[in-house]
Amino acid sequence: MHSTAPVIDPGLTFASVTDKISSIVLKRKTSLAWFFGFAISFALFQLMLLTITNLVFVGIGLWGVNVPVAWGVDILNFVWWIGIGHAGTLISAILLLLRQRWRTSINRFAEAMTLFAVAQAGMYPIFHLGRPWLMYWLFPYPNTMGIWPQFRSPLMWDVFAVSTYATVSAMFWFVGLIPDFATLRDRARSKPFQILYGMLAMGWRGSARHWHRYEMAYLLLAGLATPLVLSVHTIVSFDFAVGIIPGWHATIFPPYFVAGAIYAGFAMVLLLTIPLRRFYGLEGFITMRHMHNMAKVMLATGLIVGYGYIMEAFFGWYSGNKYERFMIWNRMHGPYSLYYWALILCNIIAPQFLWIKKVRSNLLALWVISFIVSIGMWLERFVIVVTSLHRDYLPSSWGMYEPTQWDWGMFIGTIGFFFTLLFLFIRFLPMISIFEMRTILPEAEVEE
Amino acid sequence: MATTRPPLVHHRRHATPLYGVIAEFEGPADLVHAARKTYEAGYRRINGYSPYPIEELSEAIGFTHTRLPLIVFIGGVVGALAGYFMQYYIEVIDYPLNVGGKPYNSWPAFIPITFEMTVLFAAFSAVLGMLVLNKLPQPYHPVFNAPNFAMATRDRFFLAVEANDPQFEHDRVVELLKSLGAIEVNDVEV
Repeated sequence: MHSTAPVIDPGLTFASVTDKISSIVLKRKTSLAWFFGFAISFALFQLMLLTITNLVFVGIGLWGVNVPVAWGVDILNFVWWIGIGHAGTLISAILLLLRQRWRTSINRFAEAMTLFAVAQAGMYPIFHLGRPWLMYWLFPYPNTMGIWPQFRSPLMWDVFAVSTYATVSAMFWFVGLIPDFATLRDRARSKPFQILYGMLAMGWRGSARHWHRYEMAYLLLAGLATPLVLSVHTIVSFDFAVGIIPGWHATIFPPYFVAGAIYAGFAMVLLLTIPLRRFYGLEGFITMRHMHNMAKVMLATGLIVGYGYIMEAFFGWYSGNKYERFMIWNRMHGPYSLYYWALILCNIIAPQFLWIKKVRSNLLALWVISFIVSIGMWLERFVIVVTSLHRDYLPSSWGMYEPTQWDWGMFIGTIGFFFTLLFLFIRFLPMISIFEMRTILPEAEVEE
Repeated sequence: MATTRPPLVHHRRHATPLYGVIAEFEGPADLVHAARKTYEAGYRRINGYSPYPIEELSEAIGFTHTRLPLIVFIGGVVGALAGYFMQYYIEVIDYPLNVGGKPYNSWPAFIPITFEMTVLFAAFSAVLGMLVLNKLPQPYHPVFNAPNFAMATRDRFFLAVEANDPQFEHDRVVELLKSLGAIEVNDVEV
């Protein structure tokens, strides 16, 4: 047996788990570092609002997109963000079904990350519409124009997939929080917080009958979220794969996108939990076992993604189609070849260090690799979106694409918004599921 | 009270209506044991309260069946039908549009949305079904009056025997709960 590190510090009890996690929200003085981090995130969030305001006034010409590259950084950011979200659902739903007890310490946080990442993702396609105030046209509702959306289009599938995903993730997250709201209600000392958490807890009292139905609902939600998360990135990949653009029209896309999403998501979970557990002293809850396991998931999905790249190149060659062959040649040797090789370096070479146990045990190394993978996954989508589009079938329609400062403004702005939400989350809600932590304590065993 | 037994640990005067009697336990094993014994003694309107879900506890109080899976299944079926036939109605009946010669009822293209609607409806059924069956939100409940009940969301375990149990006899219940290792037994008013 290897990786014998415990999933939870053996010295913890019901009382200490409850007090330690709830005190971060209720008692601990908000640190200067929190204010500092929040201020920076909030400032960047303003950049997003500025960009959006400008975009609505001027139009999407503000972004660098134009024919032939009509999908630029903003569609790739959509894919990037939504992919990040997928690790949260994987941790909370799939690992629950697989009875992986170690998921318990990180699922709440990962679900919050999912929700906030999906919120960022959702903004890109909406503002990409050009007339975002008409976005409700995407939904089928009886209207005076007498027209309906076109359901044969993957873009409509996307609307349903992403909105369902956001809704179900939010419900799953909220349901998971109900018993913890009750804990906070009973621990809070100030009246406003008692009322606030009391309302959110909806009168939860830990009744055995309630728990029984609750556990059933939670399990069923996990069972529903599991195929859902796979469907979402599959449908995102259909946005590409259903089109007849060289490099997009490939059957490998759905599994390769899903693996990439989980890969990027675990990288983001590591990126965030490594500093957070240190800062809030949560090493007893999020142990080295978690770090090892997440690193291994990252390595495994990274290898699947690597296989995806190889197959993409192979398909290009094996198709015998000159456009496909040119596309893959152009990726490797064309004007964007630097992006391609940087992507290979970030996504295939960098994670290979995770084979070494010493690297998995070194938090700094793990953090750096996660950062590199996050960049790599961004580059992957850049390569897919831009290199396939910029060389159209007719050389007369060839062009180059460069993101403008407003593309970057939107990207950096959504990072700011993401972190703004995350900072508020860790300040006002328990970032570790308290009631689920109690279930994995040794004293929770009922011997018969 | 029609009991012939001598007054026990503490005698109750019926000033306010009684919800029941609640016993406090230190650990999950004590609670499950007490719940099982209380059930065996013939009490049916009993309920346990714990800071985390205990599978054995709901079995001990005789609560093992819930209609929730059926509700979720029905929700899923309704979602699937609604998803498919919404698309069928729009693309075949109300707004037929020839796209690249594809049939009006292009069923493979309708599957992704049908699937998403299935999951959406089933998930809503799971969450709303759970809340409705649990009668939540419920801002007030008598057990919140029990002393120390705030600890039920931390590290204390409670067992309540409700006054509307056909067998309920106040002093007898108190005695039973005390004999089962409760650290404290209290009356709960409605």
